[in-house]
Amino acid sequence: MKLFDHQLKDIHELLHKKEVSPTDLVEESYKRIAEVDDKVGAFLRLDEENARNKAKSLEEKLANGNASASEILFGMPVGIKDNIVTKGLLTTCASQILANFDPQHNATVMEKLNGLNTITIGKLNMDEFAMGSSNENSSYKNVKNPWDLSRVPGGSSGGSAATVAAGEVPFSLGSDTGGSIRQPAAFCGVVGMKPTYGRVSRFGLVAFASSLDQIGPITRTVEDNAYVLQKIAGKDVLDSTSANIDVADYVSQLSGDVKGLKIGVPKEYLGEGVSEEVRETVKEALKVLESLGAEWDEVSLPHSKYAVPTYYLLSSSEASANLARFDGIRYGVRQEEPSLGETYKQTRTKGFGDEVKRRIMLGTFALSSGFYDAYYKKAQKVRTLIKQDFEDLFLKYDVIIGPTAPTTAFKIGENVDDPLTMYANDILTIPVNLAGVPAISVPCGLVNGLPVGLQIIGKHFDESTVYKVAHAYEQATEHHKLKPNL
Amino acid sequence: MDRISKDQVKHVAHLAKLDFSEEEIEHYGYQLDQMIHYAEKLNEIDTENVEATSHVLDVRNVLREDEARESLPREKALKNAPDQKDGQFKVPSVLE
Repeated sequence: MKLFDHQLKDIHELLHKKEVSPTDLVEESYKRIAEVDDKVGAFLRLDEENARNKAKSLEEKLANGNASASEILFGMPVGIKDNIVTKGLLTTCASQILANFDPQHNATVMEKLNGLNTITIGKLNMDEFAMGSSNENSSYKNVKNPWDLSRVPGGSSGGSAATVAAGEVPFSLGSDTGGSIRQPAAFCGVVGMKPTYGRVSRFGLVAFASSLDQIGPITRTVEDNAYVLQKIAGKDVLDSTSANIDVADYVSQLSGDVKGLKIGVPKEYLGEGVSEEVRETVKEALKVLESLGAEWDEVSLPHSKYAVPTYYLLSSSEASANLARFDGIRYGVRQEEPSLGETYKQTRTKGFGDEVKRRIMLGTFALSSGFYDAYYKKAQKVRTLIKQDFEDLFLKYDVIIGPTAPTTAFKIGENVDDPLTMYANDILTIPVNLAGVPAISVPCGLVNGLPVGLQIIGKHFDESTVYKVAHAYEQATEHHKLKPNL
Repeated sequence: MDRISKDQVKHVAHLAKLDFSEEEIEHYGYQLDQMIHYAEKLNEIDTENVEATSHVLDVRNVLREDEARESLPREKALKNAPDQKDGQFKVPSVLE
């Protein structure tokens, strides 16, 4: 068994028994990265010197019996998606326009992790500005799926999911705007959580669509995931959209007991457009939950078929406004021209990739004079209906369950020329972001050697129930123990 | 392109501060047209009496004490600037 096959709490125990040291953990990460990351491409850059120095300083703390060493995340290596700003470590969002961006401050989640003495191994590859479902929109390199290197890892947090699946780090952070944590977690056979909107501070997360973005953990097991989330969640004065609601002790509620739990299974999630194999795999998972005493009914999310166009109008509109800040004046790579106007234009035209420009164009159009009401405002109204669908179901059901993605990981290059087919891949994850509710993806088996993800959706701020159901299912099955042959 | 003219695409590109060749105008125009067509699926729904959602949680007017906090020192705020002079961001000529 490899070191990172253990759960976080078991690695922690090994540290305290002095069977491994923080340096051993860091070296395990870099050794594995040296072995496989040429193939996987999960990391954009490593922070080796700082990580090694930090491990040494933590060894002293451990030897002196410093109280901070009792924290489970003490000395734990972590990979960070490259749209989360890290002080002194370049943060590019996988874009050329930020190729040289050297953050002068930390995101709130980084302040929290650093305060618990985790060790940042490096920054993880992603679709440029988190726009994409396959990681093919990184302007640096593709990420490959550790289960089959000819396939995509999903996106946009493809690096964050692939690195955990490849055993390079015990956990990572990603971000999810329309499925960007859950879909890659499903494709790579790991656990990925999109918390309730407002659960985790977005301060220092480079904004894509501010009304949808959330940071969340990617891990090997549900318990690890619950543990990391309860450490990074909470109100933050630097993010006025973060919720002033207490963070529960999720881990202590992982009882395995789902007797009498009521599950709604939307017929739209097991219908047309979802592959037969994925449907069957998810039905098997429902049988497992049934055998544990849960009950499920077929239900409906009648407006879910409108979620994808709603999402693309709203997220692109917000993106076009958020990405206006990249103009080559305060940061980033400038294309110097004689006039200010031309400098803006050339900086943005050369700095942004194709998909980013496509979405800026759509968003600018939807917000422009004469079209605002017909497109942007219309989509905001449909968003209300999509949100109401969930609210109605949650009056009767504890969780909603379905697949995370309609298929398993597709081939690299298969969908690149067709934006609409690519967007349809997010059909099962997008409604969750529009409604702002939490959802997790947990491994529920393989189809032709490729992982399938089970999506468990909960009520606003009820991550506890989502984790409890995910954990009960995971512990009743062996799927989370499967690993790719790399 | 049925729904959006070439001139409209050029106008949107100008608003977005992007510079496209004629060929790119065609390319992005075609895709924009397709996406707009796709978005028009929303017109199937009657939203006459539906309120628009701008924020999914019932949060409004988040206030805090107006207390002075330490901010980023000037040299750090300028650290990533492509060009600077006398402690300020330097930009190319504004008047053309």
